[in-house]
Amino acid sequence: MIRLSDEAALQLTLNGTATEWLRAICEQGAAKFAELGLPSRRHEEWRLTSIKQIAETDFSFSDELPALSPKDVARFDIPGMAASRLVFINGRYAPDHSSLQSLPAGVTVLPLMEAVSSHGDLVQQHLAKHADMTDEAFTALNTAMLGDGVFVHVPDGMTVEQPIHVVNITTCAGEPLMTNPRNLIVAGDKAKVTVIEDYVCPDDDVYFTNAVTEVVVGKEANVTHYLLERESRKAFNIATLNIHQSESSNFTSHSVMLGGASVRNNIVPVLDGEHCFSTLNGLYLTSDKQHVDNHMRVFHNMPNCDSRQYYRGVLDDKSTAVFSGRIIVARDAQKTDAVQSNANLLLTDTARANTHPQLEIYADDVKCTHGATIGELDDNAIFYLRARGISEAAARGMLIHAFAAESLERMDIEPIVELLEAELYKRLPEGKMVQATL
Amino acid sequence: MTTPLIEIKNLHANIDGQEILRGLDLTINPGEVHSIMGPNGSGKSTLAQVLAGRDAFEVTEGEIIYEGKDLLDMDPDERACEGVFLAFQYPVEIPGVRTTQFLKAAINAVRKHRGEDEIDALDAVKLFREKMKLVDMDESLLKRAVNEGFSGGEKKRHEIFQMAVLEPKLCILDETDSGLDIDALRIVADGVNAMRSKDRSFLLITHYQRLLDYIVPDFVHVLVNGRIVQSGDKGLALELEKKGYSWVEKEPAAATA
Ligand SMILES: Nc1ncnc2c1ncn2[C@@H]1O[C@H](COP(=O)(O)OP(=O)(O)O)[C@@H](O)[C@H]1O
Ligand SMILES: [Mg+2]
Repeated sequence: MIRLSDEAALQLTLNGTATEWLRAICEQGAAKFAELGLPSRRHEEWRLTSIKQIAETDFSFSDELPALSPKDVARFDIPGMAASRLVFINGRYAPDHSSLQSLPAGVTVLPLMEAVSSHGDLVQQHLAKHADMTDEAFTALNTAMLGDGVFVHVPDGMTVEQPIHVVNITTCAGEPLMTNPRNLIVAGDKAKVTVIEDYVCPDDDVYFTNAVTEVVVGKEANVTHYLLERESRKAFNIATLNIHQSESSNFTSHSVMLGGASVRNNIVPVLDGEHCFSTLNGLYLTSDKQHVDNHMRVFHNMPNCDSRQYYRGVLDDKSTAVFSGRIIVARDAQKTDAVQSNANLLLTDTARANTHPQLEIYADDVKCTHGATIGELDDNAIFYLRARGISEAAARGMLIHAFAAESLERMDIEPIVELLEAELYKRLPEGKMVQATL
Repeated sequence: MTTPLIEIKNLHANIDGQEILRGLDLTINPGEVHSIMGPNGSGKSTLAQVLAGRDAFEVTEGEIIYEGKDLLDMDPDERACEGVFLAFQYPVEIPGVRTTQFLKAAINAVRKHRGEDEIDALDAVKLFREKMKLVDMDESLLKRAVNEGFSGGEKKRHEIFQMAVLEPKLCILDETDSGLDIDALRIVADGVNAMRSKDRSFLLITHYQRLLDYIVPDFVHVLVNGRIVQSGDKGLALELEKKGYSWVEKEPAAATA
């Protein structure tokens, strides 16, 4: 049992590994966490997201793999998507529910803890090299506790056609659980791969997922990452994605936040070679008292790189959202072309959005644009639709759908788009009617 | 005696506490084409919007009886389903909603209201093709978002195209002629003329009499300062054209046609 607000928690129980180099990493994480402590609201980066509830909940850890039936797990399939699948239940790898047959020879996809033994050198070369702990207590916490996750290695020049679907299921009736999933994705030069990080819960349990994913994108490599937050409405989730991009590489991230009570999505691409392209696309649909905080930090370290941030959110009821996007352009990063946009659609008077686009530019020949909007549905558009016979509810549904669809249109896996569309129709006023017109 | 399609009696309407319509009377029988002319700011669009059900305008006095029912008691969508159609002076751009999606939603809403089945996808395509011909509208517009990036002329044609698709009983055209060149005007007018029938009535709102050369109205009314001050036949429009609005502004109110 651990309560993160306790002093004692700062002396973390480590991962407990017997592997010496890994233990050293965990110890560093623990030391850093002890030094930083949990961020308070006074911390500039946590001003708008309270972690009080996380800090004051007694979390336990799971040692065993809960038995779920194939049917329990199949609920979280993405219909129509052919994929390699790794299932983790309460942070433990579940081989019986996983299937890794269709991978090309030479490509490694394994639970990280297994890879630590079988591919030690490769893991050691990259693990914890890209997850920045400088001022990130939760990354330090994850590094100290270092739970299992996926390890993906795609050698130079290889393409993995089917996406790798990593399903993280948490089920902990009545006993809040904490997991620290740790993923490592290494794509060699000219390699191509897509990884889907999916967080789900069969019930409505209270728990805390504190995930860290490191992505290494080789020269001219192409990596796509999806984050699907479909957790319990009582869950806390902090997911941190650290990306290191080499020359002429392409990285695309799609984040979709549907579940969770309080969700923090940190994405930090470091563009460390010339001619990199980085796209961060995101959609959040919040209701009740949900809180979603999207925190983007894009480091343009080298010249001639492009980055795009497109985040949109639809906020219902008393839900709240934060978007904080910073573009940091180093002195040498001339000819940087960076775009950042965040659009929020408020469906009620009680929903709140906070948006903070920020530019930190040290180079002089750059093109950086940012735009942020917080608005309601357009009355003129609603009237125009109603003047053609469409009911007010259906008009609202159509306009909300149109707003959200812009994010979905950027996604390249059709079954995921369909799954999300279906989720959207469920939430829209007159969703069935809207769907029927498309 | 025919039953009027719509009877507007002593209509007063405000926006932001300011009275715009100040006792307007107008009766339109089935099959008739009426034109309302008037200087800018006289309340023409206000009348159109009040008829369509825009709630930004507050009706403070008077009544509107449409097919024997209280029009003011109906929601905008209900009015549309009952056959009231407004071709907007400024059609609204709706990013992200494809024109075909919008049209299907509208047709099916009207059909549902009439207790009919939803339109079959193929029939919808056929219907759109047929009606697009009527106003010489480019088919590519169907795939685009509603009115988004349409030229002024395309927006106006799109309005008349929607009217043709929905086959309303009362067609209110708010300055459909403005922003159209002479060729486009002729095409749009032909489209409107093709829709004229003994059961369908038109209210043509225009600032210029030019439109009325192509769509010949049965009655012409002059709206000044929220009231109809003159009514007559097509000749009135020509006289207005010659003498300008200052002529009627000074005239005492005449009886409505
Ligand atoms: N949304 C509005 N808010 C405030 N005033 C308005 C609004 N719409 C119209 N008005 C005013 O109402 C009067 C009549 O406008 P309108 O009906 O558009 O005239 P017309 O169409 O004849 O040019 C004008 O004085 C105009 O300024
Ligand atoms: Mg007008």
